[in-house]
Amino acid sequence: MMNWWVSNSRREAVASRGFFAAHKWWMLRRATQILVMTTFMLGPMAGIWIVKGNFASSELLGVLDLADPYMQLQGLVAGWPLAAPALIGAGIITLFYLIIGGRAYCSWVCPVNAVTDTAHWLREKLGLTRDRKLDKRTRYLLLVGTLLAAFITGTLAWELVNPVSIMQRGLIFGVGLGWGIVLLVFLLDLLVSRRAWCSHLCPVGAFYGLIGRFSFVRISARNREDCNSCGACLTTCPEPHVIVPALKGDGSTLVLSGDCINCGGCIDSCPNKVFSMATRLRP
Amino acid sequence: MAKRRKMSRRDAMAEVARAAGVVCLGGFSLAALVKTTSSADARAIRPPGAMPEQDFLKACVRCGLCVEACPYGTLSLARWGDEAELGTPFFTPRSIPCYMCRDVPCARACPTGALDRDIPSIRDANMGVAVLVGHETCLNYKGINCGICVRVCPIRGKAISLEPQEINGRQVQIPVVHSSECTGCGTCEKQCVLGHAAIRVLPRDLGLGGPGRNRAGRPT
Repeated sequence: MMNWWVSNSRREAVASRGFFAAHKWWMLRRATQILVMTTFMLGPMAGIWIVKGNFASSELLGVLDLADPYMQLQGLVAGWPLAAPALIGAGIITLFYLIIGGRAYCSWVCPVNAVTDTAHWLREKLGLTRDRKLDKRTRYLLLVGTLLAAFITGTLAWELVNPVSIMQRGLIFGVGLGWGIVLLVFLLDLLVSRRAWCSHLCPVGAFYGLIGRFSFVRISARNREDCNSCGACLTTCPEPHVIVPALKGDGSTLVLSGDCINCGGCIDSCPNKVFSMATRLRP
Repeated sequence: MAKRRKMSRRDAMAEVARAAGVVCLGGFSLAALVKTTSSADARAIRPPGAMPEQDFLKACVRCGLCVEACPYGTLSLARWGDEAELGTPFFTPRSIPCYMCRDVPCARACPTGALDRDIPSIRDANMGVAVLVGHETCLNYKGINCGICVRVCPIRGKAISLEPQEINGRQVQIPVVHSSECTGCGTCEKQCVLGHAAIRVLPRDLGLGGPGRNRAGRPT
């Protein structure tokens, strides 16, 4: 019995490996996103202070400082010297994503990911096919654009409209009408262009993608000889171009592009267990 | 490793121009948006120890650590349409003033130096300055001995005091703010008995005059 809400790209995997095996990484991801978000929200809402602040900068258990390196970079370009503890916090976060995969931020932490994933799922269920093609490199241009704006205005200009920080701050502190911009992202992904925000436009993701080029944990098409070219992984993947060299190439089985968000969607959706989580040391 | 795309010089230059166009369009429109909204910031009252507004907007990462450090719930991060730039901390003295904690926990919590973590004492804070704006409504001007602003001031007798004056032949006691002592905590504004406070905290550059000579009308 196939549930109607299972996305098409996972149906074969559900049939061959069962529902839970075909949603393992998806469930782990959503659980992590919810856990991170709730930990931040527990303070202001229930007075349980495990972590203070928000993604921009925070203090874990009153001792460990964490900070968003992209935010620090914007401040630097705007003309404010980097200083501890935010600088140390940004260093820790950079190191963390150098290990677990740069854009693991996108798929395991960022709340906007849940919004755009939902939009993508709803597109499929409603049969919406309108897809205004965007260039995937647009996000790098926008990244440079945000830094240019910071330089011209001498403020963190991007933070005035950044849906990523607006949404997480909204959940923790409230932003009022700021939710409108999150709704815009949802509608953009649903009605205008497939995976428009996260895979084409978001400069935050582009920034973490730059870290991701060098990161340690990677997806591997370890059993690529078992591939029967069903295309399930490519339909699930928000960045399908990253899979091809690893799956169909002759070189490394590792997905080496910084665009890969380490979401594990390909592992979940493959009916033949081609993919697995791996590291650079053990591809 | 990567396949090189064959591209004519003309295409390459067109592509570079297009990329530069997107960067500039994005960057400049964002900058324009910031410029149109920044005029509102002039009214925002910042937490104690805040750098001058221009530097504050470079340094503040909108993390809310100061907001969560405040034991009185004074501070909040600006929402869409508030008087401060989106996401930055500010407070509205008429709702909840700054209670001037001795250890200044909000400033100590700031990770970037947007608030001065090393502020020696809350007395050194410069959140703004109280200004008696309602000369026609203030009860003391009408000859009633209200003086609530003077009595609630945490910097007792120093930041604001009653000075005898004669108005229309009548002896009255007028509240006078001493800007060198006033931190802009806003307790006076909070407690003013009028429906619309006659004394208000304003950012210092709005609330105070300055020395020097107006150059208006003279050749420079």
